Amino acid sequence: MSCRFVARSGGCLIQDANLYVMDVYLPVAEVSLDIFVLLGLGAAVGFLSGVFGVGGGFLLTPLLILIGVPPAVAVASSANQLVGASVSGVLAHWRRGNVDFKMGFTLLMGGLAGSVLGVWLFTFFAELGQVELVISLCYVILLGALGFLMGIESARAILRRRRPGTARRRLHRHTWMHGLPLKTRFRKSQLYISALLPIGLGFLVGVLSAVMGIGGGFIMVPAMIYTLGMPTAMVPGTSLLQIIFVAANVTILQAFHNHTVDAVLAMLLLVGGVIGAQFGTRFGTRLRGEQLRFLLALLVLLVAAKLARDLTLRPSDLFVIPADNRL
Amino acid sequence: MSRVWRLGGALLALAGLFATARADILVADLSSHSIAITTGFTGASVVLFGATDGLADVVAVVRGPERGVTVWKKGKVAGIWANTDSVTFVGMPSFYAVAATRPLADALSPGTAALYKIGTDNLKFETKTPTDPERVKLFAQALIDVRKRAGVFSPSPEKISFLGDRLFRTTFYFPAGIPTGTYMVEVFLVRDQDVIGGQTTPLVVSKVGVDAAVFNFARNNALAYGAIAVVMAVMAGWIASLPFRNT
Repeated sequence: MSCRFVARSGGCLIQDANLYVMDVYLPVAEVSLDIFVLLGLGAAVGFLSGVFGVGGGFLLTPLLILIGVPPAVAVASSANQLVGASVSGVLAHWRRGNVDFKMGFTLLMGGLAGSVLGVWLFTFFAELGQVELVISLCYVILLGALGFLMGIESARAILRRRRPGTARRRLHRHTWMHGLPLKTRFRKSQLYISALLPIGLGFLVGVLSAVMGIGGGFIMVPAMIYTLGMPTAMVPGTSLLQIIFVAANVTILQAFHNHTVDAVLAMLLLVGGVIGAQFGTRFGTRLRGEQLRFLLALLVLLVAAKLARDLTLRPSDLFVIPADNRL
Repeated sequence: MSRVWRLGGALLALAGLFATARADILVADLSSHSIAITTGFTGASVVLFGATDGLADVVAVVRGPERGVTVWKKGKVAGIWANTDSVTFVGMPSFYAVAATRPLADALSPGTAALYKIGTDNLKFETKTPTDPERVKLFAQALIDVRKRAGVFSPSPEKISFLGDRLFRTTFYFPAGIPTGTYMVEVFLVRDQDVIGGQTTPLVVSKVGVDAAVFNFARNNALAYGAIAVVMAVMAGWIASLPFRNT
């Protein structure tokens, strides 16, 4: 066997040269992977997670699939890994006083309900043999749209800062959303808005979390900034707080319904990930909000472009046996 | 007609086995009767060795546990490649390897090869629901191709080599992703393109140690497993943040 990593397309990603490798067998994924690749992957994604306040699942899941982890196991184990990475991140933000607990738990109410529906949908699509397609499509559509919107907005913000004297954006714009009932005051975020907004947002993210193996931070963060109007500094910590609980719920539900959580894989990713997240958080506080958002937008667009390309390129093999990948 | 043919085949196989027992013209064994999948498992080799009377060919087949398999065909829908068509086969071996002293076409007559299901072309493809034979053929070939690429179906028969006149040996390779269960290693003694004797040896593939414990716990106590996975993740996250507390 001279091929170390066989890409899902059938090609060989990394040839077995004289690389120093230490393979570890993952009991639920039922594949052997190099321990250093897993640790490094965890650290890189953890760093990004700390910088942007997103769980990094949207990068981790596709990367795991790329190195040969069955998609269903990648999705469920990423959720498991997210729990630990988010705990580490929240603690770092909390020490800086940047967590709005009231907002976090309001988001969570919707999130838990959403993740139950999401795991059910996941099982449903897996039985139809379409879960891989659904995962990829969700990624392309969401990442593409968000990266595009966020990129434009943050680029404008950066340009505005360079040219002083241009009119600033109005602080508060009154839209239909502000007419919703259940108005609640979120003191930490200096907001007085309907509780239905964060609950609805949490629900949407909960569904995606279960289907895509992500904490939903990359949707949550822009939505909290642009839709809810939260201060940028407060967003990452609060987003991570709710991700802890949604990811924990997804992990338990996936373990129970689909038997796809590989705890060994998750722990290996975590060891690298939690340390990376701490350094990421420190690095992140040195960057300006709009620079941060612009970088995140670029990253998101890059992943979307890669996935879109994979969907439209003719696969090297037209026939697949999903059961062999334990889907 | 086919039933008579099959009955005849079964009797022939039985007769062959008795012949083996009586004359001891075929003795074969494996270097190991179990493959243990541990944390460092990256695949394993098992040596099949034995002795004959020196006047016959030897053909060996390894079959993994049988399972149902759904093969999907991708098609282009609105510019995107999606799974559009599928055929579900029942009772397909999850692992299949063949070894022989000569090329299969020379060693066995087509009828004999089909009867004993020797060679991937002679596997029986039964579909779950009645399906057009052309489609069955197409999807069956795809199944063989996909599994050959995955290394769980041997791409071409391995060579069984003779050491001297009577001793033979060959090596079967089992990649990291093999399914667990009881495998059957069938050794056939072949003369004049016909099977005259045979022997079947089991080979058990199982997870052992920590991996087996984790896997079984994840299956049998799924809820507790999920909860423990979460608690461990929370602990890991907390511990990792400790060294950074005062900065």
